[in-house]
Amino acid sequence: MQVPASFDYQRAESVDEALELLRRYGEEARVVAGGHSLLPMMKLRLAAPEVLVDINDLHELDHIVLVGDELRVGALTRHRTLLESELVGRYFPIVHDAEKVIADPPVRNRGTIGGSLCQADPSEDLSAVCGALHAHAVIRGAGGERIVSMADFHQGPYETAVGVGEMLTEVRLPVLPGAGSAYEKVERKAGDWAVAAAGVALTLREGRIADAGVGLAAVGAGALNLHAVQTLLNGSEPSEALYEEAGRVASDSCSPVTDGRGSAEYKRHLAGELTRRALRRAVARAGRPIGSTAREA
Amino acid sequence: MRITVNVNGDDHTREVEPRHLLVRFLRDDLELTGTHWGCDTSNCGTCVVLMDGEPVKSCTVLAVMAAGHEIRTVEDLADGDQLDPVQQGFIEQHGLQCGFCTPGMMLTGRALLDRNPDPSEQEIREAISGQLCRCTGYLNIVKSIQWAARNRAEADGVTETAGSQT
Repeated sequence: MQVPASFDYQRAESVDEALELLRRYGEEARVVAGGHSLLPMMKLRLAAPEVLVDINDLHELDHIVLVGDELRVGALTRHRTLLESELVGRYFPIVHDAEKVIADPPVRNRGTIGGSLCQADPSEDLSAVCGALHAHAVIRGAGGERIVSMADFHQGPYETAVGVGEMLTEVRLPVLPGAGSAYEKVERKAGDWAVAAAGVALTLREGRIADAGVGLAAVGAGALNLHAVQTLLNGSEPSEALYEEAGRVASDSCSPVTDGRGSAEYKRHLAGELTRRALRRAVARAGRPIGSTAREA
Repeated sequence: MRITVNVNGDDHTREVEPRHLLVRFLRDDLELTGTHWGCDTSNCGTCVVLMDGEPVKSCTVLAVMAAGHEIRTVEDLADGDQLDPVQQGFIEQHGLQCGFCTPGMMLTGRALLDRNPDPSEQEIREAISGQLCRCTGYLNIVKSIQWAARNRAEADGVTETAGSQT
């Protein structure tokens, strides 16, 4: 039987109370929401926080709302809610692509976007998705809110910009005219972590790609936002030759390791191929009216 | 710490450690052993119970997190001697072999039908995709849930001829 090490449990009734608890217990406290990343790590004693601050009652962090040119997603928003959100599907088909293959339905009933991002596992899907979308994270602490880009949010494997006494409260996804996006993942079985996965987001302006974002999952650290591929894509006209080159650059830009899910060579191959596929679909979606992607098979 | 969890319609108050898992709370403290305990790593899904009506893996929920919530286990599916249509479906369509995954599968079937009374085969397969059947009897599990969809509770008990195949 796997049991976590002993800890104290506090259920916060407001964001301010959660922040106060996080400040009081400092380094030894962890936020728990769905718990589907943290509790398995605690069972394996890879994590042993002394205090868990349960934020499941903070319903003000469970929202999806369009404000100006941003979709604001509360940190406590469950995977299932994201998958069932018409608003999310309309503007960010990449999120629905990913949510369909993140774990399985019972896990998606509990897991949250905030937990996924804060876990900062290089194999985690929403991190690559939010990297590709150039999302922003809202971090709240005693001194108020600060907003950081995804590039700054992810500081390395299992490390984020969220400091002691702070918590992620919201993720902001930019809504851009003419946008298209897609996520492609290869997994060994339903609900597994990716062998490799690629997310692409872009806009088409007068037939040329702009605002390109490319994020890879499960191919090593530092692939959540591939500048080299983005630079190649921006300003270029979509073509098979371009996709081929983008895949090659993506493949060269990542650093997969051989493990039970596949060899480094295979994963590098997937990084290229999945980037090409995601790019093709993102471009196709960018050429359609908003919302039409929801009717894709 | 002292918690009260509503399980199958009744409030249960117990003193538990925060690290106590919901599956252990149900099986050891409440002696509701219909909820099975499998991989302990949120992979196999045999420990699925309904939390506020939706399937969750009870090996990855702390009992203290379930406090104040409504948990439903397989023991609550039947109404006295009247089996839930999902249970009857598992009988009619031979939906179980060893029976280890069955409680979780039936609860997932119930939750699916509560939301979507007429699911497609694909929707059923997606709904149970987080749960493993070690006998690999998925086809009959799908058929069992389809049977239940065709034979709703309000249909006044079982209406379809036993053993029918579709």
